[in-house]
This record gives sequence, structure tokens and C-alpha cells, in this order.
Amino acid sequence: MLEKEGKTILENSKELGWVLEPDAKALMKLHGLDIPEFILTNDFESADKFLNKSDCPVVAKAVSKSILHKTEHKAVVTGITSSEQLKKEVMRLKKLEGCENILVEQMVEGIEVIIGAKNDFQFGPVIVFGIGGTSVEIYNDTAIRMAPLKPEDVVSMVDSLKAKEIMLGYRGKAGVNMEVLTHLIVNFSHLIMELEKDIESVDLNPVMCTKDKCVIVDARIILQ
Amino acid sequence: MDLKCLFKPSTMAVVGVSTSQDNHPANVIYNKNHLRYPVKTFPVNPRGGLINRAALYKSVEHIEEDVDMAVIAVRSEYVPEVLEQCIKKGVGGAVIISGGFAESGNLALQQRIIDIAKEASFPFIGPNCLGTYAPDYVDTFFLPGERIISPGKGNIGFVSQSGGVLVDQMVKFAGQGIGISLAVSIGNKACIKEADMLDWFDKDVETKVITFYIEGFEKGEGREFIEKAEQCSKPVVILKAGKSKKGVEAASSHTASIAGDYKVFSEIMKQYCVAEADNEYELTSFCEALSCYSEGMNGSVGILSLSGGHGVIAADACELHGLSIPVIEQKTKDTIKGKLTPGISGIVSLVNPLDLTGSCVDNDIVTSARHLLRDKNIECVLALLIPYSPGVSTDIGAKLSQVARNEGKPMIAYVPNEDKYKIIIEGFELNNIPVASSVEGAVLMAKALNRCRPC
Repeated sequence: MLEKEGKTILENSKELGWVLEPDAKALMKLHGLDIPEFILTNDFESADKFLNKSDCPVVAKAVSKSILHKTEHKAVVTGITSSEQLKKEVMRLKKLEGCENILVEQMVEGIEVIIGAKNDFQFGPVIVFGIGGTSVEIYNDTAIRMAPLKPEDVVSMVDSLKAKEIMLGYRGKAGVNMEVLTHLIVNFSHLIMELEKDIESVDLNPVMCTKDKCVIVDARIILQ
Repeated sequence: MDLKCLFKPSTMAVVGVSTSQDNHPANVIYNKNHLRYPVKTFPVNPRGGLINRAALYKSVEHIEEDVDMAVIAVRSEYVPEVLEQCIKKGVGGAVIISGGFAESGNLALQQRIIDIAKEASFPFIGPNCLGTYAPDYVDTFFLPGERIISPGKGNIGFVSQSGGVLVDQMVKFAGQGIGISLAVSIGNKACIKEADMLDWFDKDVETKVITFYIEGFEKGEGREFIEKAEQCSKPVVILKAGKSKKGVEAASSHTASIAGDYKVFSEIMKQYCVAEADNEYELTSFCEALSCYSEGMNGSVGILSLSGGHGVIAADACELHGLSIPVIEQKTKDTIKGKLTPGISGIVSLVNPLDLTGSCVDNDIVTSARHLLRDKNIECVLALLIPYSPGVSTDIGAKLSQVARNEGKPMIAYVPNEDKYKIIIEGFELNNIPVASSVEGAVLMAKALNRCRPC
């Protein structure tokens, strides 16, 4: 069942019509799905502290009710390694329209996939999986199944992609961990069944998958 | 809802029969059933009068006998009243031919007949439909018998949202020698929907394959349909119209933009092992193949031909349709080679596709088919039988059918659809081996069997 905390998140986002990234990720985390280490802050000092503690580059994103598509607004900066760079970017992001907070998180690498959901008029909740990133629509290498999913549905989704070999490991490069991916998608599909009455569509894009884990790097929930 | 009265009626009232217009839909329906079907038919018109010297009943309520079903072909505004009379009389169900409901914006009138029927648990088909055609039982299509080509009795159940597509498909079925158990045009599907028809056909012993022409589902109706299809014990085939991408461009998320209506539809059909035909031609092939073989396979095809060219054309088509042409076992090659007519063993090509050349005789074909079917890499054999060479006898169809039946794996034949080869075609078809009239048609039949689960 949807936790009280999850219900509050949806309730608070109703007026806006969609759920801000930090809240959408919090909802995913409540359901046992993996998200990166992060800090949500308004000042450079805390962001800098987070960067210094991290053993990898960080990503800084503007959290704004006016920005649904972050890439188009240049509201995402990846691969930040120095305090100077971080300071410059935080200052810039804060000036973006409606920016309330800066989300600073550890940068996660891996194969970029999209895991999405849509409340279809004819079939109710359906799950989308495929090659992710900002060019999803261009490659359009995705599979769709009706929720809730069974583990074998995930296997057949991967199998139906043109990028199947990338997922399974190609030319010496590791593929995704199928067990973790299956668990993630099946779990997500059950969560979507619970959210049927609230959502219009959900994008977990990208989700970074490696041979060990799958981490949700960005999440967007559009409400009904 | 018991639909037996609708689909296998013994008695039928036709409401709306005209005393002046011979071409009125009700007259066409009354005449063809009255003259050519076993169903006892009563003509009804509130104004009374005579048709072909028989008296018209002024209401269904005046009919002395029990009435299993009523065909209603009156102006839309009179339909609610006629429906109420049917319910009072205890009629088992109705086919509402009349148009002028939701399809022309008359939502309230359609809702009214839904409400009347619902309260009485009274099933009806339509409105705005052609109704039903069940060979040997009843035919409510308002098209004169001499104008249409109707398939005979068979085991395909067919449901269509469009009456025109349904009739056209009937002609195609008849041309391929495919028979049907029941065809239903559900029109506006205000009461009986696709999901109800799935229930009926699943239980109907005369039906082996259930086929749908679908334009679209109402809210949530797709899920209900697919959940029933999953439970259904028979192969389900669909042909979908309305595949264009309208309304997707403005979507606010990646997912909504990728998951357009048709892609969602098509992928879910695949997920639940419903065979989606790309076009009417494929639909016909699917129906013929699945009416002979309901078990699924993984798509490993063995090709047996008497001409290298046919083998290559078939192999190309197999690749295009996602079927594989596996390498055959050495054991298979050795066995076949040892049994061939000595004169041809030097010129045949014992690979997959297997080419026996135009010099082979019946025995070579029979032996090769038998051992191809026994090969563990092969799930299904395509026998491309061009009957032009002198070594092939007219018995080859019947002989190969016995081989396939004995080996227990599917065989699909290609024989040119010409009158002079009819004896070969019947040799197959009367033994329940499907025959295509083109090489590609044979491959499409194999594609139909390439499903994720057996039924």
C-alpha cells in the first residue's frame, strides 16, 4: 500500500499537476527503488561540502515549478568536480525561473535506460522500457507491456529491443544486471497499479544500469 | 447473459418489414431466412398488411409462439418501444440493425436502449450493425443472398466493428475455402462487446479460432478484453484499424510520446499471445493455419521444395516475418540421401531449404518430409509443392498429409490455386493440412503458429 508519506507527496503536487524531481525520487525510494546520494540545498556551502565528501563527480540541477523539461532550460549540469565549477553553476541555476532549490547528487554512470508508465485510455496502466536519455523519441527503441508485470515480461521486453545486445553486454562491455532490472521494473509496475487513479504518466529517465545496480537519475510524474 | 437465443435461434421475428419496399433491410432479412434457413421467421410491422401473401404481425407480442430473437430494423426513434415489446414478450435477445444512434451523435437515444435492456438483462447486438451470420442457422445481414459470397460452415468465429469489413472478409474466407462458425457485426457495441464474444466463442464447441476486426476500445475496455483473451483456451487473432499517431505529439512526457495508442495496443496483444495480423491477407492466412493447429511454436521452419527458387523466396519471407530456418541434422541428411531415387541423389540440395529438384517423384517428397519432420531442430515443415513436373502424382496431397499426421508436427503446403490442382489441394485440406495459394501465404501461416504459448 501507498505509504502516508507517498500520499502526502502526491497531495502536495496536485495543484502543480506534476511532481518535482526530488519528491518523485523520494516516492520511488519509499518503494525500495534506488536513487543517487543527494543533497537538496539553497546555499553553495552545503553543496560544496557534499562535493568534497563525494568520491565521484556530482550533478547539479535546478528544482523549479516552472521547469518541467530541464535539459531545454539548461537546468542540469553534469560532471562537476571542482568547488569553483560548482559555485559558478549553483549561482547560475539559482537565477533560473522559479528555482527554489538546487539538487546536488552523485553522478552515476551506466547504460541509460528509460522506465516509464502511462495510464492508457484503453488498457489502463502500461509500462515502457527501452534505451533512455534525451533522445528517446528519436531512437524509439522501447517495449510496452500492460501492468502489473511478471518477471518474464521484463525478459521479453529486453529481448524485443534493437539494443538487446547492449543490455546483455556487448564487445567486452558489461551489460545490465538483469536480476536487479527485473526487480526494479516489476516493483515499479506494482507501484503504478497503486497510483492508477493519480497519474497520467511517469518517466524514470534516465535510469543508469550497470552490472551491479540500477539507479534512477531523474524522475518525473505527471498527475491527472 | 445467455446468447444462445441470439446465435442459434429456432424462431425469429423481423420487425420493420415493409409492404411496399422490397429492398428494405427488414424485407431482405425476412425473405432470406424465411426461404432458406431452418429458423422459423415472423414478419412484423405495426401497420400490419401482407407480404408475399403472409400476414404481418402488428407487434412481436402478437406472435403465438415463443420468439428466440428479434431483428429490429425500424427508424431509430421507434427502437426503444420495439425493445420494450420484445422484453414483454419474453424474446431472448435482439439484433438492432437500425442506425441513428451514437454514430450520428444521438448518445441519449443509445443510452436509453442500453438502460431498457440492462434493466431486463436483455442482450442485443448493435445498434448500427449487420448482425449475425451463422451458416445453417440464421443470417441477419441485410444484403441479398445473390449479391454476397458467403463462406460455408467451418470453425472460425469472426467479430467485426465494421459491417463492410466483415462482409468483405467473408468473401476472402470463401475464396480460400475457410468456413466460419459464426460472424457477428457488433456495430456500436452498446451491449454485446468484443469481450462478451470472447466468452461465447471460448465455450462454443463449433469454434476453434476467434477473430476480431477492431477499430478501438472504450475506456478500460482493452484491459477487460485482454484479461479474457488470456484465459481463453483458443487462439485469438485480431486485425486493427486506426494505427495512425494522432494526438501523440503534444504529450508532456517521453513515455506518453513513445507509447502512442497503436503501439500500446499492438505490444499488449503480443504480451498476451493474441496474434495480430498486419492486413486482411495475413488475417486469412492466420485463420486457416490456426484452425488446423492451435499449438504454438518457437518459429523453426524446415522448407521442402521442388525448385531452388521457391526455397529461397520462402527463406527470405521467413526472415522477414521473424521465423528461423535452422540447419538440419547430419542424421537427417544421411537418412534422406540413402532413401532417394538413385537418379536424383547427385543433384538435390540437402540443406534447409531442401531442394529435391523437378526430377523427384512422390516417394522422394514423402521420405524427405517425414525425416525433416523428425529432425529435432525443425518444428514445422513448409511443403512447397509445384505440381508441374511429371514425377509428382495427384495423390501427393493425401500422401503428405498422412506423413504430417503420423509425425505429429505441423505441415503447411503451397499449391497453386488452380482448378486442375484441386485434387492435390483437397488431399491436404480434407486431411486438415492448410494449403496456401502463394509461397508467402504459406510463410504467413507458419508465422501464425509462432506464438508465445499454446492454447
